[in-house]
Amino acid sequence: MTQVMEQTDTTVEEHPVAPFLRMDRIPHIWCPTCGIGTVVKCFASALVETNIDLDKAAIVSGIGCTGRVAGYMNMDAFHSTHGRAIPFATGLKLGRPELFVTVFSGDGDLSGIGGNHFIHAARRNMDLLVILINNFIYGMTGGQNAPTTPLGAKSSTMPYGNFERPFNLPHLAASCGATYVARWTSLHIRRLTKSFREAIKRKGFRFIEVIAPCSTLYARLNKLGTGFNLMQFYHDNTEIRHGADTRDLDIDFQGEITCAKFVDEERPTFLDMMNEQYKKTLGDRYVPMAPEGGMYHE
Amino acid sequence: MKADPAGVLTGAHYLDGDFACGEGAMAAGCRFTAGYPITPSTEVVERISRRFPMMGGTFIQMEDELASMAAIVGGSWTGSKCLTVTSGPGFSLMMENIGLAVMMEVPCVVVNVQRGGPSTGLPTMTGQADMMQARWGSHGDYELIAMSPQSPQEAFDLMIDAFNLSEQYRVPVLFMMDECVGHMTEKVVIPPADEIEIVVRKFTKDPPGKFLPYRVNGTYVPDFARAGDGYRFHTTGLTHDERGYPEMSAACQEVCVRRLIEKITKNADKIVRFDEENTDGADVVVVCYGITARVARMGIDMARKKGVKVGVIRLIVVWPFPEKHIRELAKKIKAFVVPEINYGQMVLEVERCSAGNAAAVCVPHGGGSVHDPKDICDAIVGAAK
Repeated sequence: MTQVMEQTDTTVEEHPVAPFLRMDRIPHIWCPTCGIGTVVKCFASALVETNIDLDKAAIVSGIGCTGRVAGYMNMDAFHSTHGRAIPFATGLKLGRPELFVTVFSGDGDLSGIGGNHFIHAARRNMDLLVILINNFIYGMTGGQNAPTTPLGAKSSTMPYGNFERPFNLPHLAASCGATYVARWTSLHIRRLTKSFREAIKRKGFRFIEVIAPCSTLYARLNKLGTGFNLMQFYHDNTEIRHGADTRDLDIDFQGEITCAKFVDEERPTFLDMMNEQYKKTLGDRYVPMAPEGGMYHE
Repeated sequence: MKADPAGVLTGAHYLDGDFACGEGAMAAGCRFTAGYPITPSTEVVERISRRFPMMGGTFIQMEDELASMAAIVGGSWTGSKCLTVTSGPGFSLMMENIGLAVMMEVPCVVVNVQRGGPSTGLPTMTGQADMMQARWGSHGDYELIAMSPQSPQEAFDLMIDAFNLSEQYRVPVLFMMDECVGHMTEKVVIPPADEIEIVVRKFTKDPPGKFLPYRVNGTYVPDFARAGDGYRFHTTGLTHDERGYPEMSAACQEVCVRRLIEKITKNADKIVRFDEENTDGADVVVVCYGITARVARMGIDMARKKGVKVGVIRLIVVWPFPEKHIRELAKKIKAFVVPEINYGQMVLEVERCSAGNAAAVCVPHGGGSVHDPKDICDAIVGAAK
């Protein structure tokens, strides 16, 4: 007598954002309770919802914890040098204008070593979506002071408390000409995803700062508890003020964090301006680069 | 394949070396250039920025040389032929991302119109003191290609070779001009487009999903996929496996870096290029490059009139160095004489390859002008004794 076993379906249902990730590189390198993974998930969800053609999308990171994001995204992905993600991405965009190019990196990478490129890309209104995860510290190298470390906060190179004034990044971006500027924390997953969705559809230099916990270094050095405690802090101490004056967005140590969309305007991008100027001055003699780039075909 | 006529200014022209270099790049098919102004190189990008809009090319003046170099590494991933142009101080700033181009294996050409250094040095005056920086300037072990033209005509001609070699080997080619050649105006003949042979990198024929960005199948140069063609590849400056994924291990480092080096060293015979004259039966051979090769002519003639048997090796490709040839020649002659506008750089390589079989005599010059041919003559006569 044979017993017929009822077959159970053992296949695991695929996560909706799995096709947007390099699943063969998971697990990722980020610490437990790090905020970066959450932000990546929000970005991937926004890509799903906006129907971006991933074959025409590229992502560029610099160096650092957030600098590893490009390595986990399932599109043409470039892990470049420290601070140079924005100029690298500029080359991709100008080399093949039809590409949708995202720069995804950290506060030290984009506003410290890469700060000069940040302000100039914003000034040119280069058509890049720039996502900056701000954990107030250099995480990968061991918790050193960053250009974003709040006054008084401890870091491994400011053991007696930071005495350098940090950047107000939304104000920096807005004053240099960014056309979309927002700030959220990694707790605001719904609003952050919506912001990503909006920014993906816009053109020009779009800047989104995401405050995220580094429990391994920032929280430990400053005795702020775990990642959970930091998320609770975001919950209790963030204020959403759309259209707030970007001059008022400084972040004090354990002070209130103002989140929201601050700038959303349309202005011609670098390529728009370039095409218009050459058409005006050269007329029919102007041969714009083809959307697919200036490649030599065999 | 043949050059795109849009970039080829066929005809006889009166051009300086910088303009000729820019024309060479455009004829070679360069369609993306990022640069930052620096004397004495700026005329190259001035020329390109004037002509690019008429041929589908894009020039951007970046905020510094770090950005310029990073931008052409990014640009090259779109399949475009990419160029940046600089001089000493900017060359120093480009070093890290030249290393990135080596590690990611992207074709690109970097022009360095050399001036006197160190630091700000002599911005408007000549030098040849970046030759070892070209070879060793970026950190880590690597090989690349460097060339040195001696005239505006050669600046045009070699620029096409520079792009071709860069595409063929997926390696940065450093174009080591000097201020004299850059600012010297001479006749430059640009041939018709259908007489200019163009090499493009080997694009993969594998479908997405099958393609591995650093698989070489027994060769040294992997096939290329450009950004935006659906391959969804990953590339990094980290030590990586054939998928382009980081792998932090001594074993992966050995495979990854050894191939980057052997890609050039095992093909050196095909890449090395020099002019050779009267080395048979010579007692002394002058090894020279760039403007100094032309200055040395007079010193060589003076020495010959004094009865010295002098041969000449003029380096066209400087790196990789013609190691085998110098090694063989060293067994037959008394001495090499190496005039260069520095305090002794390429002479070190000549000395190394001579391996004690022939003397290697440096004729140094600190920069700011060229040698007095008499100094070269004296060195030749002294070395022949």
